[in-house]
Order: sequence, then structure tokens, then C-alpha cells
Amino acid sequence: MRFLARRLGFYLLTAWAAITLNFLIPRLMPGDPVELLVARMKGNVDPAAIDAMRRAFGISDASPWRQYLDYLGNLAHGELGRSITFFPTEVSTVIADSLPWTVGLVGVATLISYLIGTSLGVIMAWKRGTWLDGVLPAATFMHAVPYFWVALALVFVFGVTLRWFPVSRAYGLDVMPGLTGEFARSVLYHATLPAITIVLASMADRILGMRNVMVTTLGEDYVVMAEAKGLTSRRVMWAYAARNAILPNITSFALSLGFVVGGSVLTEIVFSYPGIGSMLLKGVENEDFPLMQGIFLVISLAVLVANFLADLAYVVLDPRTRQETE
Amino acid sequence: MNVLEIRGLGVDYLSGSGAVHAVSGVSLDLRRGEILGLAGESGSGKSTLANAVARLLRPPASITSGSVVYRRQDGSAVDVLALGGNELRAFRWKELAVVFQSAMNSLNPVITVGAQIDDVLRVHAPRMSRNERTERSVELLQRVGISADRRRSYPHELSGGMRQRAAIAIALALNPEIIIMDEPTTALDVVVQRDILAEIRALREEYGFAVVFITHDLSLLMEISDRIAIMYAGRVVETGTAKALHRAPRHPYTLGLLRSFPRLRGPREELPGIPGVPPDLRSPPPGCAFHPRCAMAVAECSESLPVLRTEADGEVACLLNDGRGVS
Repeated sequence: MRFLARRLGFYLLTAWAAITLNFLIPRLMPGDPVELLVARMKGNVDPAAIDAMRRAFGISDASPWRQYLDYLGNLAHGELGRSITFFPTEVSTVIADSLPWTVGLVGVATLISYLIGTSLGVIMAWKRGTWLDGVLPAATFMHAVPYFWVALALVFVFGVTLRWFPVSRAYGLDVMPGLTGEFARSVLYHATLPAITIVLASMADRILGMRNVMVTTLGEDYVVMAEAKGLTSRRVMWAYAARNAILPNITSFALSLGFVVGGSVLTEIVFSYPGIGSMLLKGVENEDFPLMQGIFLVISLAVLVANFLADLAYVVLDPRTRQETE
Repeated sequence: MNVLEIRGLGVDYLSGSGAVHAVSGVSLDLRRGEILGLAGESGSGKSTLANAVARLLRPPASITSGSVVYRRQDGSAVDVLALGGNELRAFRWKELAVVFQSAMNSLNPVITVGAQIDDVLRVHAPRMSRNERTERSVELLQRVGISADRRRSYPHELSGGMRQRAAIAIALALNPEIIIMDEPTTALDVVVQRDILAEIRALREEYGFAVVFITHDLSLLMEISDRIAIMYAGRVVETGTAKALHRAPRHPYTLGLLRSFPRLRGPREELPGIPGVPPDLRSPPPGCAFHPRCAMAVAECSESLPVLRTEADGEVACLLNDGRGVS
């Protein structure tokens, strides 16, 4: 457990660093959000309003140290300032509204991609030298294809030409959001194409990654011995080979889980999906620093949490990490 | 009373630059309950031979010729090379078990030692209850000198010697007739090595299994084996009882191997060893493969391939002295 405590300490330190950088970077840049807003209104703003906006955005002439403490205090209350794009909505509200869509879509799709891709990788390594090796060039091709290209192809074929699936939004305009079966069906229906995009575009990595490690593992003495023991192929394949081959792949899975929150920006844009990725794009277009800052903070924290989960998974899956070091 | 009969076995590794004849024309008997030592330099084909017998060869290795017959106690014969699917799975470990070179790598690092005995029992003795299996695991571990509570240990929590003991315990799980030990003590220090050897001998007395003991350490073989077979360039060049081989080696190669060990006592002497390097098995030298390195070679040695010839207490494949070898 000392291992986990050490890791936890490391992540807390990293989180603090991320938060502090998030505070520093915008303040090192010229201009402030109010100037942007004023510029957008072509200067027709009276000074009192500017002053009010400055207060709303939390811009003050206090010492940097004071500002930093205020920033930390606000963060503790989940206050990330106000968005410019959606003024006067709070950034935290914007994120809270879009995060579930991204986590639901990208998270589930990533999970599916990981499960299928890893299993395929295991089976393809096990059956190496057979016709299944013919899948490899296809996987390498998919590995090289960018997300948005897959998305565009799917939209063109299944959305525009065949009209099987909707090509934008997260649910139909004709349904009321709520805990109804109709709403759930609409959400699933709308999520199908973007989810397939993410699964298709990311699965090749999983297949190739798992297959490569697995082929190496199959050469290990303990796999040969498991075979010599007369165990069933299924047990040799999963309990001996795959069980060990999965360990190096946990990190890459954790990283991809971390980036789930960042959303597959391009996928979300192609499908006009109301997730974090779309919000980030809007933020960039409108020079909405508070929103970008908030989103980046959430992404960095998500990556940290995902890495911590990976460490936990290691402890569960690999007894060697449980060894206490003096 | 042979338990295993290998006849004319050939194994090739197929590679882009031609087939490597790792084992060619090997005929060898393993008698019931004996310890047969298999010695030779690295690359002489001893491990390949063992893996062929255990049916553990993987592409690009393939058996090109010969037969391997296993004889059950009741006299019925099993063609090992023809076994497939479930028959092969049943043959493995129940009749023939393997102890690999480095127990460090032959135990699954993420499963406890107990579970690695347990899964053998679960597959081969499905009638055993969970408690019976646990009891058997404990019994096996204790038999090789590992305390019962170590059942829950992972391989990395055991010392090298203990891991090799655990590997032997796993090999004993189903009371096999044959145990192939591929350099089981090479990775261990000499003191632990000695303990393990004594253990193997004691277990053999108790259970009566036959052992194929593979090593490049001839002096160690002399100590543990009943009979020894010497391999060179994929062929058996000499067999004989450990005593006979030690006293009067017939093949110049055996002689060379024996002369490679320093004596502990007596005057300081130059070790002649064996000059040269093992041949390229893609294109072995014509005639006797050893002739380019052999100090006693005559013209004929580079022309005709000596066959293994039965002598008083062994066999030898050497053209010298009308096929009787050096002595």
C-alpha cells in the first residue's frame, strides 16, 4: 500500500502543478477577457459596465499572490469564472452540461474499442501464421487513418446516402430530454455513428499493440510450460499469455481514458455532438479564455485520475508491484 | 524395458537461407526409471531433441523424419508424434512432464505457485474436489521441501532454488513416467544445485520415473546419470553408462569434453579443450561433423559418415579403430 500512497502523493503534486500553470498561463498573455468583450461590442460600453464585467470575470488589480489564493479558493468551490461565448453562463455550468455527453459517447466507445481490440489482438497473436495475419495490413491502414476521415466517410455513406443514421446532434429535436425510453432510444440512435467512428479509428491501435506484446509473451517459458502441462488452449491463451501480455497495455489504455474527457474533438465537430470537444472549439473560435482554461483543467485532472486508476489496476493485476520495498 | 524409443529422429529449422538440421537421425532409448544424461555444446540439438519428444516444437522447427514411441507399463505402445488434440493433452504431464531451464521464467509471474499446481490437477483429474487438490498441492510442495504456506506465494517471492523446487513439484503432480529436465540447475549456484540434484535422485527412488537430464555440464552428468548420451551437431556420437564414459570415452569429442574440466588436486596442467567452433548446421561438414576439430581425424573422416555402433557398454559413432573409437 505504500506504493499507492507514494503514487497518490505524486498525483496530488502533479495536480497542483497543473492547476498553478492553469492560473499562470492566461496571466502571462497580453489583454484580458473584458478587453475582448469590449472590442467585440466595438467600444460602445460605458465604464461602469466594464467595471462590472471585470468584477464578474474576477479580474482585479490585487497582488498576484492574492489572486492566486482567490483562484484556489474559487476552484475549491467549483467556480471557474464566466464563459465569454455563453456569457453570462458560468464555465462550470458549460462543462457540466457537455461533459456527460462526451464521457457517455467517447468513454463507452473507448471501452468497446479496448475490449474488442484487445481480444482480437490476443486471438490474432494466438493464430499467428494463419489467414488471420491477413487482417494486419488492414489494421495498419486503419491505424493510419485519421478520426475525422472515418467520421466523414461514415456520415457520407450511412448518414447522407443511405439515410440510416442521423448525422448531427445528440438526440432528436422531437423528443423531450428526460428519463424516458423514447429519449434513451433517440440518444443511442444518434450516438451510433460517432461511436462506430471512434471504435473503428482507435481499435487498430489496440489490436496491433496487444498482438505485438502477446506474440512476445507466447515465446515465454511459462507459456511453453503451460502448453506442456496439457492445459486447454483456452487457459493457456488467456490465463497464461494474455494475462501477462495485458500488463504493458494498461498504460496506453489509461492514457486513452484520460483523453476521453478531452473528447474526440474532430468526431464531435463532424457530428455536431454537444460534448466537451465542441465546446473547446467554440471557446477557441471566440477567444473564450475562461472556457478553454476550465476545459484544459478538467482534461488534465482526468488524465491524472485515469493514470491513478491504471496504477490501481497494476496493483490488482501484477503481484510484483505489491511487493513492499524497503 | 524401454519407456521411450526414439528412432531416426530429424528436426529442421526452416530459415530463409536454408534448413538448419538441428537434429538428424537420432536414435535413443530411455529405460524405465533411469536417469539419462544428454550432453553437448550449445547448439548441439539437445534441447531441440527434448522439445521434439515433448511435442513442444514451434514453427519454424519441424520434425522431418523418425518416430518416437512411448511404452506404457502394460506394454502398449503410443506413437507420440501422431498424437493430436486431446490425446496429446492427456499425454502431456500425465505421462511426460518437463522442468525447464530457468524456473524464473517457467512459472507464470501473476499466478500463485499453488494455483499453478492446481490447474494441472483440475485439467487432468477433474474428479478431484477442491480440497483434495489443495491437499495434493501442499503434499507436493512439502515433498520438495517447500512449506505449505508458500502455496500462496507468487514466483517472485521465492528464491531461485525454491522456484526450481516448485517447478519440480509441478512436474510430479500427476506421477509421470518421464520427466524431461532441460538444464534444471544451470541458473543456480553450486550449493543449491547440489541440493536439487540430491532431491531429484531421491524423488526418482521414491516414484520411479525416468529422467532425461539435459546439460552442457558433463561432470555434473557423470554424478547424477545412469547412462549418458553425447550429442554433436545434431547427432548422438556416443552413449554409455556414466562410469564407462568417464573411464574410457570412445569418441574424440567426449574425450575433449572430459579434458575441458580442471582437476581440483594434482599438478597444474594445461587444459587442451576442443579447438575450433561448432559447425554451421545449414551445411555441416561432409563425413563426420566433428572431423575439422578432431586431432585424431584421418582422411576417411571427411568422406564417410560414421554410424552409431553398439559396443560392450554403449555405442559410438567414430571411424577410428574400425569403428571402435579412440579406446
